[in-house]
Amino acid sequence: MTKLVQTRRSFLTTLVSGASMLALTACGGGGNASGGSSAAAAGDGTDAKSDGVMTYAEYVAAEVDAPVMLECFVQAKQSWWEDKASIYAADADGAYFIYNAACDQATYDKLVEGAKISVKGYKAEWSGEVEVAEGAELALMDGSYIAEPVDVTDKLGTEGLIDFQNQKVAFTGLTIAASKDADGKEAPFIYNYDGSGAPGDDLYFNVSDGKATYAFTVESYLTGEDTDVYKLVSNDLKVGDTVDLEGFLYWYEGPNPHITSVTVK
Amino acid sequence: MNTKKLKTTRNGRRGLSLLSAGIVAVVTALACILPLTACHGSKGAEAFAVPEQWDASKDYEITFWAKNDTNKTQTKIYEKAISDFEALYPNIHVKMKLYTDYGKIYNDVITNISTGTTPNVCITYPDHIATYLTGTNIVVPLDELMADAKYGLGGSELAFDGPTTDEIVPQFLSECVLGDAHYALPYMRSTEICYVNKTFVEKLGFELPEVLTWDFIWEVSEAATAKNADGTYAVNGQKVMIPFIDKSTDNMMIQMLAQRGAGYSTEDGQIELFNDDTRDILKTISGHAKTGAFSTFKISGYPANFLNAGQCVFAIDSSAGATWMGTNAPLVDIAPDKLVQFETAVRMVPQYDPASPKMISQGPSICIFNKADADEVLASWLFSQYLLTNDVQNAYAQTEGYAPVTSKAQDSPEYQEYLSRAGEDNNEHYQVKIDATRVLLENAPNTFITPVFNGSASLRDASGQLIESVTKSVRRKETIDDAYLDQLFDDVMALYHLDQLGGSVGGGTKDLGPLPRASKILIGVLIVAWIGIAAVALHDEMEKRKS
Repeated sequence: MTKLVQTRRSFLTTLVSGASMLALTACGGGGNASGGSSAAAAGDGTDAKSDGVMTYAEYVAAEVDAPVMLECFVQAKQSWWEDKASIYAADADGAYFIYNAACDQATYDKLVEGAKISVKGYKAEWSGEVEVAEGAELALMDGSYIAEPVDVTDKLGTEGLIDFQNQKVAFTGLTIAASKDADGKEAPFIYNYDGSGAPGDDLYFNVSDGKATYAFTVESYLTGEDTDVYKLVSNDLKVGDTVDLEGFLYWYEGPNPHITSVTVK
Repeated sequence: MNTKKLKTTRNGRRGLSLLSAGIVAVVTALACILPLTACHGSKGAEAFAVPEQWDASKDYEITFWAKNDTNKTQTKIYEKAISDFEALYPNIHVKMKLYTDYGKIYNDVITNISTGTTPNVCITYPDHIATYLTGTNIVVPLDELMADAKYGLGGSELAFDGPTTDEIVPQFLSECVLGDAHYALPYMRSTEICYVNKTFVEKLGFELPEVLTWDFIWEVSEAATAKNADGTYAVNGQKVMIPFIDKSTDNMMIQMLAQRGAGYSTEDGQIELFNDDTRDILKTISGHAKTGAFSTFKISGYPANFLNAGQCVFAIDSSAGATWMGTNAPLVDIAPDKLVQFETAVRMVPQYDPASPKMISQGPSICIFNKADADEVLASWLFSQYLLTNDVQNAYAQTEGYAPVTSKAQDSPEYQEYLSRAGEDNNEHYQVKIDATRVLLENAPNTFITPVFNGSASLRDASGQLIESVTKSVRRKETIDDAYLDQLFDDVMALYHLDQLGGSVGGGTKDLGPLPRASKILIGVLIVAWIGIAAVALHDEMEKRKS
């Protein structure tokens, strides 16, 4: 009897969920359930590229608006919305920011750190950030590679820093400098660039290498409120702390590192 | 260096990526359910009726969802307004939630409609209200409240000196009529402005006219693409020059069509965007995008950053972005060593017919959501009215190139003094900001709005997408001809579901034709599901009786 009740409940649950799923599918005009997994593997090596695929050097040399074809490895996922994914990716030679590539959620869920992807689109530059433009085609491949962060502490304030754009980078031995909050008071970090935000918004904080002060960001799409770095910066960071940091070297009218980890020494 | 606007508007470009997949599903479901609910006339909340006497003995908590322009001064103004209002009405407590973009407010409202947890008061746009109105009695119609002798605009029982109906700029108030009723109060108004590097215009051998024409803009922009032998641009000696950048391509297309008297949509929501004038406009734009004379915010970046770096001649952006424009702008997003010295001129957007200028009116409005307790709605109405008092209007308008929406505030000595002090400093009285405001104040009769209906927000997006697409395509060496435009029109129409728009506001009984196949499947599945549920329940009941 118990089993029968369970079966009925299960049947009803299935029926209702099925109806809801189908209803949602119908409302949405039919979903794209394809996993998108794909193209033939080019091998596990990070330097193996399929025919017609650009090397990092060729990508750098390509004009803005030129077609680009890449094979690279996911280093971090920044956001997904309406079948568009923004991703930090890299190969052994350099790094890429892929902005709003066409990507269904099933594929997005498979984009774990290190996953190999092929990307076909156009090169773009937006406020100094060189990226693969919105709407690129993206497919999963076989292979995995996670880039080691490159220490660019000594490149801070130099023109050479841009060579590391979009790469996973590290900064060591920097000191937290005071920011000014919305009331003009000193604080170790602020919400939004001018302190106008609230928990959940981007965190801005200043670091000093003894020669100059630089603004770093905990980007809330990349590392939101529930991440360790967001919690540490918003709860524990103090002016004067000496820190090591890692993050992705995003660019917005100049270097704008998106920090993914902070270690207080 | 600040990276300020990155989040605010680049995320506009990014859409709503903060939302989780779960919320996406809810929004999708609601988008389906709300129209169905409206179509079948199912009973929503009771329609609001103004209570005879407001119960001032009760405590009320009012939730207020607002947007600031990532601007701490605006946040402080809201906080002060709430504090001042609560001092007048100690039994009303206003709880504010701040957003940095209207799209998120819209989606949160949609999500909360299903759970009956909408805010009491919300800063929003009429296009969004048109969607809220597809539910039943979700948004409070304001006509009865506005006219109420005690608590209406200028009412006898108000604890503050608010505007009368006649003291709200008629043009702005009429923009809040959806269907046959006012569903919002205007809060702030702005328009699109052309910020000009006058120094470059004159260096290129032109004299800047008082009213810009499209011909002038294109001619100067083409002249500014001339290069030196070393590949740098002759006008600025730099490697980068985008002579004309428009921040909002939807407004650009809408204004160009309006100036030409061409179709966009009818008042009842019939789509007219895909016409020969649009084709002509797109061909012209693509020609200038091809030479590098024109680009857009979405493709290249903020017009203000290019303007301030001496890499742009004409930057079109909202008057509400004036504090970012010019050498002496109080807010700057580029490194100090990239900032160049030039004279900034402020002009209305370029025109086809300078004798009959037309520019868009835009800006946030205030809407009130219905609640079971009519007294609570009335408390919301009191707070909404308070946002139209001179103190709030004048203070908020001065944070950017906004115009107050009441003549009472515009004509007040305090506001007139503010305007008269243009150029005294580069903060509160920043010349460019006050000049931009004046363009709107002096041209209120020349402003227009587009029809609002369920789906008008999509049509707006589509109009901008046309410009973005041709600009992007021509930069990628594609040919822009009639065949391309035919395909583009089809693609954009499909992308924004413009062929599926009903066009009505607040539900209605318009014949929408036969149900689409997906809807038939949906209804069929729901019927089968309910039959299954009923059958199992019946079987259970029978088993119970047997035992």
